[in-house]
Amino acid sequence: MGRVLLVGRLAARSVRRRAVESALLLLAIMAATTTLTLGLALHGVTDSPYQRTKEATAGPDVVASAGPDFVPTSDGTVVDDEGFRQPAEAAVVPADIAALEELAEESGVIAHSGPYPAIVADLEVDAVTTEVWAQGHDPDGAAVDRPELTAGRWLEAGGVVVEAAFADVLDVGVGDRLALNGDRFEVVGVAVTAAALPYTDVCFGWVCTIFTAEEVINPSSPPVPSTARRVDFESFPIPPDDAGLVWLTEEDLRGLASEQDLLSYVVNLELAEPAAAPAFVSGHAASGITTEPVLLSWQDLRDAYRELVEVRGEVLVTFSWLLAVLGLASVAVLVGGRLADQTRRVGLLKAVGGTPRLVAVVLLAEYVVLALVAAVGGLAVGWLTARLFTDPGAGLLGSAGAPSLTLATAGVVTAVALGVAMVASLVPALRAASTSTVEALADKARPPRRTPWLIALAARLPAPLLLGLRTAARRPRRMVLSTLSIVVTVSGIVTLLAARNEIAREWEGPSQLDPDAAQVDRLLLVIAVMLIALAALNAVFVTWTTALDARHSTALARALGATPRAVSTALSAAQVLPALAGAVLAIPGGLALWSALSDEAANPPLWQLLAVPPATVLVVAVLTLIPARLGGRRPTAEILQAELAR
Amino acid sequence: MSDTADTPVLRTRGLRKQYGKGEVLVRAVAGVDLDVASGETVAVMGPSGCGKSTLLHVLGGLDRPSEGEVWLDGRRIDRLGEKALARMRREAVGFVFQGFHLMDELTAVENVELSALLAGNSPRAARRRATELLERVGLADRAGFLPAALSGGQRQRVAIARALCNEPRVVLADEPTGNLDSAATLDVLRLFESLHEAGHTLVIVTHDDRIAATADRLISMRDGAFVDETRLAGGTSGKLGALAGLEG
Ligand SMILES: Nc1ncnc2c1ncn2[C@@H]1O[C@H](COP(=O)(O)OP(=O)(O)OP(=O)(O)O)[C@@H](O)[C@H]1O
Ligand SMILES: [Mg+2]
Repeated sequence: MGRVLLVGRLAARSVRRRAVESALLLLAIMAATTTLTLGLALHGVTDSPYQRTKEATAGPDVVASAGPDFVPTSDGTVVDDEGFRQPAEAAVVPADIAALEELAEESGVIAHSGPYPAIVADLEVDAVTTEVWAQGHDPDGAAVDRPELTAGRWLEAGGVVVEAAFADVLDVGVGDRLALNGDRFEVVGVAVTAAALPYTDVCFGWVCTIFTAEEVINPSSPPVPSTARRVDFESFPIPPDDAGLVWLTEEDLRGLASEQDLLSYVVNLELAEPAAAPAFVSGHAASGITTEPVLLSWQDLRDAYRELVEVRGEVLVTFSWLLAVLGLASVAVLVGGRLADQTRRVGLLKAVGGTPRLVAVVLLAEYVVLALVAAVGGLAVGWLTARLFTDPGAGLLGSAGAPSLTLATAGVVTAVALGVAMVASLVPALRAASTSTVEALADKARPPRRTPWLIALAARLPAPLLLGLRTAARRPRRMVLSTLSIVVTVSGIVTLLAARNEIAREWEGPSQLDPDAAQVDRLLLVIAVMLIALAALNAVFVTWTTALDARHSTALARALGATPRAVSTALSAAQVLPALAGAVLAIPGGLALWSALSDEAANPPLWQLLAVPPATVLVVAVLTLIPARLGGRRPTAEILQAELAR
Repeated sequence: MSDTADTPVLRTRGLRKQYGKGEVLVRAVAGVDLDVASGETVAVMGPSGCGKSTLLHVLGGLDRPSEGEVWLDGRRIDRLGEKALARMRREAVGFVFQGFHLMDELTAVENVELSALLAGNSPRAARRRATELLERVGLADRAGFLPAALSGGQRQRVAIARALCNEPRVVLADEPTGNLDSAATLDVLRLFESLHEAGHTLVIVTHDDRIAATADRLISMRDGAFVDETRLAGGTSGKLGALAGLEG
């Protein structure tokens, strides 16, 4: 009991005594825990908006669709614009409407609507041209799938209703005019539906290649036979997942097709047992005949919405590991710096009878406390800010609401926080606990090491650089850590640059039609800010601990006539040099990380890469100037006096 | 407690401690045989670098000898493990250092109760004992002060109170007045006097003749070995009178 009190008291006092350092440490670990919480919390958050929308729109339990196919009629082949070898001539096999109609008659199906014709059409509005999935629908409202209007009115001849998420991105509203395959229509309404895949499932850069190994987006999509003539999207029997959705009357829709045989058809089914929809779907597995119906359960559609948000979560989780490494570097620098202060404490504790284990516990306790606080803080902030990333778009009714915070999430986040604190402080703590008591009491802190080649190099440099390099060389471990921190940060930033660049390339449609771009931008921005903030903290830590460490020698230097400015420039230079090395190393590092994450080797533009090292150096120089000046300005007499009193 | 027990509290035989090897070999302690009886106050004097601190560290289990034997209270301690040594330090030895070595972030009373808490006493018992000791060293009204707010003499008195906290068998003091002015030195001196009178066993390393004069026995050290030993007559009474001149 007494020992617990003692450990708690020493930890609490130590935290309070070094409040600023402790706060910085807390922030460092919290950056990682917040990001991790965010990533983990974005799970299943869109389920309730989907349910709500399904109820409000009499959403189908199963959507079945069938499209036309093409069979070669000669042996000759041609190469299409995408480089695929295609038959030179092909005959159209129309969609199997009879099979769709049979589905509606099956037992367990209690209501249906359709078959409705559908086709991929070219849409033109203002200056934008893109492809859309145009689908016929009942002007009088159907038994299943009655899209809920968010504006305007339902279908009439010559009018289209635009799906809400798509309308949002197109920025069209009631009364606007648009052209479909050249025919002009007026937008009469905007509506949401639960019967379609979310608009739009673009990949988050590399994420779809590494995280969506199985195609959750379209689980029952049949493979497109390689012999099929590729008539753009028209050969797909279901809406392509990156095209928007518009509804027209059946007659208007049929008018869009050059040949009626090129139309796809859609049936919406309501089952007696909605929960049995996946079983119904797998009972009608595609036989490989491409004109047969392809089925999607409402669970598939819900999961596609879920995926939309969860992919963001996965990006966050990936980057939270980078942030954890950075946090580790910060904590390691800080613990190493504190150790110099701790030596006397350790000797004292041992002299009055503390065992090595108790000493280690005392040293670790404050980091454990900070890690726990950081875990709780990260969970809270992550949970609160998760809403920023849960927006499923305008395609569903209502907002996503509070993300879930499970025990497992809390456990993982806490474990990571503790892990970071432990890994960084365990070795120094154990080493401190096992140092000789007498030496610790005499405070023979780790004697600065001499690195001859660096010192030789420094001799050729101007005075502040020389002082700075010498200061840095005295603590090689810290120099390595601060270089590492820069490498991690700048690698992260290079990766982010590459990711943005690739997203821009991957989205083939007009860039203003990418509804996720804003979300992705926000996401990448948050991560970049976190990375930079952490690295900034690191730079400030390192400079401050170096300033403390070197206070005696700098005080002496000043007593011998060096100006405060020369001293602080030297302290700053001691950080800038490793930063430059780190930034240069980070460019290949970031590109390597990127190529590990992405199939595409789409490097960011050269000028961006070239700008990285000077920008890093500039930022580090500015950041370190403040602690360096504070360190360089402390009154000389006070420092020398303090050293004497020990 | 003032009766002299059969077994000495501290006993060393052929004690050696050396640092380094070859050309830089330093024989800090070079063959010391020492017996300190219970209740005895021993002063050790000698020029700087003769090995006084080293001896004290080895006696108190802060450091291990290179050779020779050390007994504390009849128990051989020179071969104990780290953990057993730590326990021994908190139960049987009290240290007082020239540099005070208080924890800056703990108040006076918290510093005093440190070793009581380490020994596993309940917080309440530890606090009661610490308060008692602070009263004894005349600092009851400074219990809640941080070391930074105390004078050097007051700090050293807190350190002495801490050394006494677990009723150690022996108090080892390394130049306890080395950082103090004469008024503060006198306070500390009085305190050691009262410890002596109360029957505590003390080994004090000092450069100060006045402290040495309060001892039962004065040992002179040179180059790691004892060169002279004087038994001072008449216990402790009247010493303070002789020291009164300091106050003027
Ligand atoms: N860790 C060490 N490594 C090497 N030599 C040491 C070490 N500690 C002490 N010495 C040497 O051992 C000898 C005795 O040192 P010690 O500190 O015991 O002297 P002292 O009598 O206490 O001196 P002072 O009166 O100045 O405190 C000295 O020559 C010292 O240089
Ligand atoms: Mg000494």
